[in-house]
Amino acid sequence: MYLYDDFDKQLVDERVAEFRDQVARRLSGALTEDEFKPLRLMNGVYLQLHAYMLRVAIPYGTLSSAQLRTLASVARRFDKGYGHFTTRQNLQFNWIKLEQLPAAMADLASAGLHGMQTSGNCVRNITTDHWAGVAPDEIEDPRIWAEIVRQHSTMHPEFSFLPRKFKIAITASAHDRAAIKVHDIGLRMLRNGAGETGFEVSVGGGLGRTPFLGKTIKPFLPKRDLLSYVEAILRVYNQYGRRDNIYKARIKILVHELGAEKFGRDVDAEWQKIKDGVLALDPAVVANVAARFRYPDYQDLKDSPAELTEARATDAEFAAWLGNAVANHKMPGYAIVTLSLKPEGAPPGDATAGQMDALADLAERYSFGEIRVNHEQNLTLPHVAQRDLPALWRALGAIGLATPNVGLVSDIISCPGLDYCSLANTRSIPVAQELSRRFANLGAQRGIGRLHINISGCINACGHHHVGHIGLLGVEKNGEEFFQVTLGGRSDEKAELGALLGPAVPYNEVADVVEDVVSAYIELRERPDELFLDTVKRIGVEPFKERVYATR
Amino acid sequence: MTSPLERKLKIAGPVVITANRLSDGAVVYRAASGEWTTQFTRAAVATTAPTAAELLTAANADGLIAVGAYVAPVTREPDGGLRPGNLRESIRMNGPTIALPGH
Amino acid sequence: MQLVKANRVIADRYQRVLDDAGLPDGPILLQAERFLADSAELAARAAPVGVVWPNNRKVADLAPHLDRLALIVLGFPTFKDGRAYSQARQLREQCGFQGELRASGDVLRDQYLFLVRAGFDAFEVRKDADVAAFVDPPARYSVFYQPAGDTRASALRRRLDGRRDADTSMPALQAADF
Repeated sequence: MYLYDDFDKQLVDERVAEFRDQVARRLSGALTEDEFKPLRLMNGVYLQLHAYMLRVAIPYGTLSSAQLRTLASVARRFDKGYGHFTTRQNLQFNWIKLEQLPAAMADLASAGLHGMQTSGNCVRNITTDHWAGVAPDEIEDPRIWAEIVRQHSTMHPEFSFLPRKFKIAITASAHDRAAIKVHDIGLRMLRNGAGETGFEVSVGGGLGRTPFLGKTIKPFLPKRDLLSYVEAILRVYNQYGRRDNIYKARIKILVHELGAEKFGRDVDAEWQKIKDGVLALDPAVVANVAARFRYPDYQDLKDSPAELTEARATDAEFAAWLGNAVANHKMPGYAIVTLSLKPEGAPPGDATAGQMDALADLAERYSFGEIRVNHEQNLTLPHVAQRDLPALWRALGAIGLATPNVGLVSDIISCPGLDYCSLANTRSIPVAQELSRRFANLGAQRGIGRLHINISGCINACGHHHVGHIGLLGVEKNGEEFFQVTLGGRSDEKAELGALLGPAVPYNEVADVVEDVVSAYIELRERPDELFLDTVKRIGVEPFKERVYATR
Repeated sequence: MTSPLERKLKIAGPVVITANRLSDGAVVYRAASGEWTTQFTRAAVATTAPTAAELLTAANADGLIAVGAYVAPVTREPDGGLRPGNLRESIRMNGPTIALPGH
Repeated sequence: MQLVKANRVIADRYQRVLDDAGLPDGPILLQAERFLADSAELAARAAPVGVVWPNNRKVADLAPHLDRLALIVLGFPTFKDGRAYSQARQLREQCGFQGELRASGDVLRDQYLFLVRAGFDAFEVRKDADVAAFVDPPARYSVFYQPAGDTRASALRRRLDGRRDADTSMPALQAADF
């Protein structure tokens, strides 16, 4: 848990004061909307279908209980009592008035929260593994490096007016839970032959109109060089990224047009000029940032304590939740708990202020006051003692956060869609709700196995449909809502873009189609434990297409 | 639906001018009086492209109350009343089609 | 448009020279092509020479001529086009340019801090209403995370200097603060 010091706090406070002034100048007319829009975007303020939307940054998905309480309080005071967790580990409020935004931001700032750079053509939230710091398979905590890059990219004078938005993700495990291959810069921590830890750097990944997987341009970058190398990438992009066409302005287009090799050489040429300058990270600087991360005072506990084994043996519901939502922790006697924000029939990723407050209390009691946000729109309690799991489960159940569907077919990832978003072609939330109702039966879900459905209401792909095992993309045909269906996408270290199933299907048939796809999988899989993804990989899309479109 | 902000102005039927209120983002419609109203039923209706363009120009000149004005289709009911002409405008008028969490 | 430098509105002493025109006496401001073509002759001029450098041209092409230049004008066709920030930093920090670095085009008060930190020291302010903010800038920010051309120390460095030794003890803030 990163602790703000005076510097961090001062910057956020000064930003609030600046934005207050900018809002006042907009409301008085001293600023036109054209002039104000980029300024409000750089504070995460969008204008959507019915209202302004504020996107609050949750750096690398880590929140304290106090911060979660502040989010709840803002939801109550300034919004309609709830918030939406996003696919980039942030939180969105959908109803805050512009004239109240300075006050809401002041409240957020008092807890070290802000909306800085959650929009605009600048470097956005650095996202990472929601199990950072506690995953057994991790090399070291990637959040330290995420924080170093976050600071460097915050209000950077050279990179605040890039050709387009810029997203960076970092992972430190062989199993990539941060989707780095579909980010503008993907950083993978690894050890080289000499046992040194560094970064594999890939560039040009991204979804949207022209999806690409990132290409590695630096197989091993020493830690010392992280900032100077990122700076070199940003400088090449700032100067040579396209600015003539908003749909061709991401770095992925530049990397594609130049070729990864040439792009890498251009970056290297710039990097050579700056790598030994002020951006070289000396160990004292890194240690200072690392020192500001507070880690729990873990107790000396054993795995499988009696409280856990007894509850597992006697309570089938608890056992089901345990098997689904609880993962191994690097410390003996502890566990990582995922809280599903996808109860049956609910909008995916939403939490009420009441739930946030209650969860803040539970986090204090059971997780050293820390919560994580998953890019799959769920939450995580990262430091739970195994002996506390039964009590925690009961408490989570009481606030609706214990649905044992994590990673299963009803754990749907969905953008807000046309119900909220001015960019959307179709609604997405009602589709997710309908699917979650149809697949509500937990036994059936366990029989289906791990299956991610991702829904985007438009080509901007905020639902990450390209990398969904089943991806749904909303399109408009003749004023009606339709969906393109893709199969076989994945966002982990074996990242792949989904393949189109067939012609787009109308809104009132899309849930049937998904059911047909799942039925086809059950019929076609080699064994019950062959995952949906593996079946698609093995036999391709054609057999699914035949079955789905046979009667359509 | 494809954002009307990205399409060229074209009139295929009656239209109104709509925008978002600057202060709170609420959906507003241009009334015949030149005021902005949240009441869809008080929106001025244009049936020709020149009238629509005039209304739009006047609306855009007034950037202090409303933001991002554009032309939105409406449909005439048999009884002469009006309703929003597509799903997007219907959602803008009525709010999200789903229940809000906790509500 | 008003020219601001060193927190004052000043008259522009440079005369802009159209490409084919003869060179007047006194400080002159040339377009890039003309400057490059005539660079050797211009070196003989006593009066200051300036160049308008397009934001889509490599600074490396200008670098060999910097010792002949008293002024470089970089452009912002729209304030959203941030290429000149990179050019400015490269000129200041990599090439060591110490003359006047002037921002022109869509130069607005809300980008003042970025401009200064990128190394600009003169501003063709587009809106008269913004001039006051360039002459007497509101002291909006006192800390900056990253080192840049304005020589302010970055937060990472200041934190270390604030400690007598680079120890890793916990800061005074309690975790419960937030």
